This record gives sequence, C-alpha cells and structure tokens, in this order.
Amino acid sequence: MADPQRPQKQGLLEKLFTSDAWRSVFRHGYADTPRNRVLQVSANVWLHLHPSKVRRHGVRYRHTWCAGGLTFLLYLVTVVTGVILMFYYRPTQEYAYLDIKDLDFQVPFGMLMRNMHRWAAHGMVIFIWLHMFRVFMTGSYKPPREFNWVVGVNLLVLTLLLSFTGYLLPWDQLSIWAVTVGTNMARATPLLGHEGPFGPELGVTPRYDVRALLLGGTMVGPPALMRFYVLHCIFIPIAASVLMILHFWRIRKDGGISGPL
Amino acid sequence: MAETALKADPPNQEQLKVDAGQRRAAADLKLPDKIHCWPYLVRAEFIAGCIMTIGLLVWSLVVDAPLEEPANPSKTPNPSKAPWYFLGLQEMLVYFDPWIAGVVLPGLIIAGLMVIPYVDINPNGNGYYTFRERPFAVSTFLFGFLVLWVGFIVLGVFFRGPGWNLFWPWEYWDPHKVVPMTNRDLPYLLGARGEAATFLIGMAAVGGWFAVGPLVWVWKRKKPFMQKLGLTRYTIVSFLYLCMLGTVVKIVLRLVFGVKYVWVWPNVFNI
Repeated sequence: MADPQRPQKQGLLEKLFTSDAWRSVFRHGYADTPRNRVLQVSANVWLHLHPSKVRRHGVRYRHTWCAGGLTFLLYLVTVVTGVILMFYYRPTQEYAYLDIKDLDFQVPFGMLMRNMHRWAAHGMVIFIWLHMFRVFMTGSYKPPREFNWVVGVNLLVLTLLLSFTGYLLPWDQLSIWAVTVGTNMARATPLLGHEGPFGPELGVTPRYDVRALLLGGTMVGPPALMRFYVLHCIFIPIAASVLMILHFWRIRKDGGISGPL
Repeated sequence: MAETALKADPPNQEQLKVDAGQRRAAADLKLPDKIHCWPYLVRAEFIAGCIMTIGLLVWSLVVDAPLEEPANPSKTPNPSKAPWYFLGLQEMLVYFDPWIAGVVLPGLIIAGLMVIPYVDINPNGNGYYTFRERPFAVSTFLFGFLVLWVGFIVLGVFFRGPGWNLFWPWEYWDPHKVVPMTNRDLPYLLGARGEAATFLIGMAAVGGWFAVGPLVWVWKRKKPFMQKLGLTRYTIVSFLYLCMLGTVVKIVLRLVFGVKYVWVWPNVFNI
C-alpha cells in the first residue's frame, strides 16, 4: 500500500518486487505504509536523529546544499581514518616522521588512509563554511534558532583548531613552520604574551606566557608535538562531539529545518 | 482539465488520470507541507553521502597528502605560510601589529559571528533565500565572507611568495626581489613632523573614525528603526561594522597610498 496522498504509479522496482522470482526469495516485502515509514526512522538507532516528518522544502538540495550533513560525514571519515592512523603513529621527535613514511610506503592502504584523513579534514573546513554561508543566506539563525548558531560558531572554531593541531603531526618542514607561524601570533596576546601589550609589564616572559603553555616550551619542539597530538586525538574531538550532539538536538528542539513562517 | 482536477475534493480518480504531468502538479498542490523522512530525506542524504564518499575516495587515490623533508628548526623556509585557512589572518600581519592581526581580529570575527542572531532584529527572511528583504545583513555577510575571508586566503595562497612579497601565480619566486620600503605614517604624509603633532593627528584620525558610530546615533536616534534596535545593539553593530570597514580602509591606505601606520603610540601600539 502506497502513501494514500500520492497517486498510484507502478514503477519498474514495484514490478520487480511483485515478480514471482523476487517473491521466491523474499516471502513478504516491506509494506510501504505511513506507520512503517515512521518506524523506519524512529525504531532505528542511526536514523532516529531525524524527525518522522520534515517540511517539504527541507529535502531539496537547493535549499540546504546538504552542507551540514556532509560536514558531519567528513568528520566521521576523519574519525575512522584517524583511529587507523593512530595504530601506526608515535608522537615523538624520533618516530613521528618515520612513522608517516612507513604509513606511506609500508603499511597496506596506509597512504590511502592518510590521504583520506587529510583531504576529509580540508573538506570539513570548506563544508562547514558552506554550511554557515547557507544558514546565513536563509536567515536560519533567526529566532528560535539563535543559540544553535552560537553552538555552530563554536564548532567552526573547534574544526579549525582540529585541523591546525593535526597539521603539526607529520613533523615535516611544512608542519613545524606553519605551526610556528600560527603560534607566533600568541606571543602578542595582550597581557598573556611576552610580546603583547602590557605582557612584559606583568612579568610575562618567553618561558611563561600563553604560547609556552600551548607549546610546552619556547619553540615548536617535542613537547609541542605531544601536546598537539593529545589535543588533536582526545581533547578537541571530545569537545566537538559534545557540541555536535547539542547542535543536532537543538535542530529538533528549535522546530526542525527552518522555513517560511 | 487540470482546473477541475484541482477543485475536486476528495480527488476524483477519473479526473486525476489526465496525464502524468498534470497529475503530478495536482498531487503536489494537494500534498501537505510535511513529508516523511523515510524515504524522502534519508534518500537525499544517502545520495549526497555516496557522492561525497566516492569523490573523496577518488581524490585520495589520485592526489597524495603533502610530505616534505623532516622538520628542521634551524632551516626556516621562505616564505613560511600558515595552513591555508589561516592565510587571511596571516595577511593581516602585513597591515597591523601582531596582537591586532593575531588576537584582536580573530576574536572580533568569532564574537561578531556569535552576536549576529542577537543584533539582527529583522524578522524577514527567516527560512528562505532573499536579498530584497534584508539587504544590509546579506551584503555585509557577503562582503565579510567572500572578500575579506575567502579573498585574502586566495591572496595568501596564490599571490604571496618569498619575503611575503606579492607575486603573480605564474611568476618566478625570486627570493631577492627588491621592494622599495617607501611606506610612511599618515601624520608624516600630512606634513606633521613633531612628536606631539604626529601623535595627536593619528589619535584624531582613529578617534574620528570610531566617533562616526556615536554621531550617527545622535543624528538618527529618533528614527523608529533606531528606537527598535536600541542603544546596546546599535553600539555593538556600529563598532563591529566600523572595525570591519576600518580594516579595509587601512589595507587600501597601505596598498594604494603607502601609509604604514595611522596612529603610532610608541611601545604601546601602532594602528
């Protein structure tokens, strides 16, 4: 039985599913009733993030660009490939670079895992921007969704930090100098950096300022590698996951996908 | 025929059998605003997810992640570039002190993004694309995102070479490129030479720029829109807006007029 609101039309698939050959394998099919459609979503642990019904325009690509969902998909890709990479990688000065070389040339599919991890991370940065762009252009941050926009901005910051901390881990020239440039900014933090306004006056020195806290020293060395590794693999993913749960939950609580009122 | 089909309620099966196109149009109009997530939304997400996964897989098979020689703290590459998504901020180091470029501007960007829902009191355009109903919000965001954020990333990735000098993407990166250092501070260009005079002119220029916000409030505060916006929201919006435009003004002053700093306060800050 089809959706009573939609007119009947026997397609190719329907012919296949009602054919004798199909029926000889699968004795009874999935009855396409409104009740079953709701159960498919609400009784499935992975799909029950969705409401049972959604506003019609919400399923159109030209409205959402799927950007938020694809950002989440890319995050899941980085989690899966990242865990695989963790089996082979040691965050120490002696081994970090060699382990990456090993991944690229010795480990089966190691190069593919590393490539997917890196490109998915860059893709996540791009798609989170696209998502923010789309949400702004549709005015979806407006009441009642103000707070979810704030959560989203925090997720944007965490995504950039995730990508930045991961940048150091290959421990090649690209890594340490990009991170050196990035963290040098922290020298100039007002009050907390040793080159920032009122920093020296407060007794802040190169060894004891906010940059040294981040790097575990005065330069990008082995302690910085360990700190970035822990931040990258443990701290930021957990913080981002918690905020993602909040973000997705709030979509539902704030009335689902935005639309003309 | 379609007319009668639409008016019939409940839909008359005979009339609905006109032809596929008319039937679909009629059905669309009869359908309620909400549709089931299964299969419609789940299907859309599944297709998008498949395309993304396949695209990522093919890209990862074809393009290898970069890996340069081992880290060497005693060998500084020229240029040293931050990760590409931070190159817009690194570009700001050309025009501002490190604490403004590296701490204040990113802080203002993050804080500015977060306050958007609380300062935008326009109820229109909630949940659909429109420019006409919210021209100020959309054009400000487009300018900030496409020009200032994406534009300066493109500049940093493709147009900056050794010594952080400007190069065309097809140009040879000459590490010995000679660039005349002819930038002067704004008060100097205006003819001021004394210490007190340069300081006061610089302070007047920066102070005058940020005084535009309060002046506009005094001038326009009786307007119904300003009354609705309120002083707190207005202060936040005008300050962030002047910061954003001020950044652009400073960049134009530097690149076009060779202005190094507008206001120099020795040992405290340069703007």
